[in-house]
Amino acid sequence: MTDAPAISARALRVQFGEREVLHGVDLDIYRGETVVILGGSGSGKSTLLRTMVGLEKPHSGEVRIGGVDLATASEREMDSVRRKIGLAFQSGALIGSLTVGENISLPLLEHTGLNPSTIDVMVRIKLEQVGLSGFEHYMPSQLSGGMKKRAAFARALSMDPEILFFDEPSAGLDPIMAAGIDNLILNLKEAYSMTMVVVTHELASAFLIADRIVVLDRGSIVAVGPAKELRESTHPRVRQFLDRVPDSDSDDEVDHLRLFTEGA
Amino acid sequence: MNPAMRYLVIVGDASEAAFVYTGGLAQLFYRSVLALFASPLKRGRSLERAIHQAKLGGVGAVPIISLIAFFIGVILALQGAYELRTLGAMQLVASLVAISVTRELGPLITAIVVIGRSGSAFAAEIATMRVTEELDALETMALNPVTFLVAPKFLAMALMLPCLVIWADLMGVLGGSFFGVLGANFTFASYMTATRDALVLRDVMTGLVKSIVFGLVITAVGCQEGFSTGPGAEEVGKSTTRAVVISIFVVVVVDLVFTALFYATQGAA
Repeated sequence: MTDAPAISARALRVQFGEREVLHGVDLDIYRGETVVILGGSGSGKSTLLRTMVGLEKPHSGEVRIGGVDLATASEREMDSVRRKIGLAFQSGALIGSLTVGENISLPLLEHTGLNPSTIDVMVRIKLEQVGLSGFEHYMPSQLSGGMKKRAAFARALSMDPEILFFDEPSAGLDPIMAAGIDNLILNLKEAYSMTMVVVTHELASAFLIADRIVVLDRGSIVAVGPAKELRESTHPRVRQFLDRVPDSDSDDEVDHLRLFTEGA
Repeated sequence: MNPAMRYLVIVGDASEAAFVYTGGLAQLFYRSVLALFASPLKRGRSLERAIHQAKLGGVGAVPIISLIAFFIGVILALQGAYELRTLGAMQLVASLVAISVTRELGPLITAIVVIGRSGSAFAAEIATMRVTEELDALETMALNPVTFLVAPKFLAMALMLPCLVIWADLMGVLGGSFFGVLGANFTFASYMTATRDALVLRDVMTGLVKSIVFGLVITAVGCQEGFSTGPGAEEVGKSTTRAVVISIFVVVVVDLVFTALFYATQGAA
């Protein structure tokens, strides 16, 4: 992989008020690979994703997509970056006042100047890709959680992006639906060799779809590597995450109390 | 810090906040105007959305504004007649209603109804979109939320408010005539003639000019409150409430300033 990375983050720090959420993250993501960012709740994985697409401003450090530094890019440069990326939000974030079809056609109508009948065909193709054929006239509120996510995928795909970001694609779905979503990602990977960044805490899905896995813990990257390598990792936090061992904070408290009572 | 100083600090902070807030409103308006002069493709889409907004906020408000303006006309006539009767000047009821409705109450009542219907809806819509990440989604699709959401609302409101005010003026006068015919010795025709004689174009125009500014204020405050909402459903409710209260306040202030200006320029003439 000698190419320039599609996305590169350098010494990335993000703060919300006084609280620092990412403590200097370095990460390169190359063209055509699927990278899964794995981490527990509050590990900063969603913040990392939001910073990579320019929704959060880094406090220091930089994120580059295709060589453009998001923090210093002009509005015009930012728009051209945004047209190359698609983001499927965790809850879908479909525009509630538009139908599913209108949601998907929105970026096409606004950015391409294609005629409406072409756009209609494209919308139907995208919906078919995500298994939602015939739902273009439904309102987002009429869809189930899993369908909303799939509609959001279709919207993220509508501009044929170079890089696709997924925020928790299978969170809150039943196992069958989650497997369907994994399949969808695998299909996209095979068919378009797109660069994909998936944020998740679902281990099974991470190992299934990832070329490389990044484990994020408390705002820092603790491990990066191919799925296989990671499975054999000996890093204590990675092991804890993979082996689903709970944090021992509560045990510490009990030990601490015992120390006092038994010592007396 | 002595009490006087503390008081001064409070006044200073509040003034600064008010200036910043007004600056925010002006910036929203400026960015929307720029958006409307953007590429023809986008302008066309903005126009479509503006028409949709105008239907929702304008046409949809006609029944309730008709009813309220009609009742206000009747009330004004009743209140006026109470005093005019003792002077034996009941024939002045028509001009009293006509002038107060066109110059003041028509625009103000219309603005207040539109704040309740549209200003609150703007705030709730945008605040909900903030909470459900829809605004973020627009941004990642390279669609500017101001161009997409705010500019069409400005356009719709600046056009619909004057239209609604003309209608409210008419309904107010009709309300006055209702009393005039039943309670004072007018015929419908004579009431209308008296109204026409009492009004000059300027009376109607000042109301219309004010109403355009009201439309802009209602949109700006509603949208700004929506954008600045916090996380969660409760915050959406708070933003909506703030949008209504602040809009009413700013509309009254704008009304005062414009009325004073009209008075000053008319006094010179």
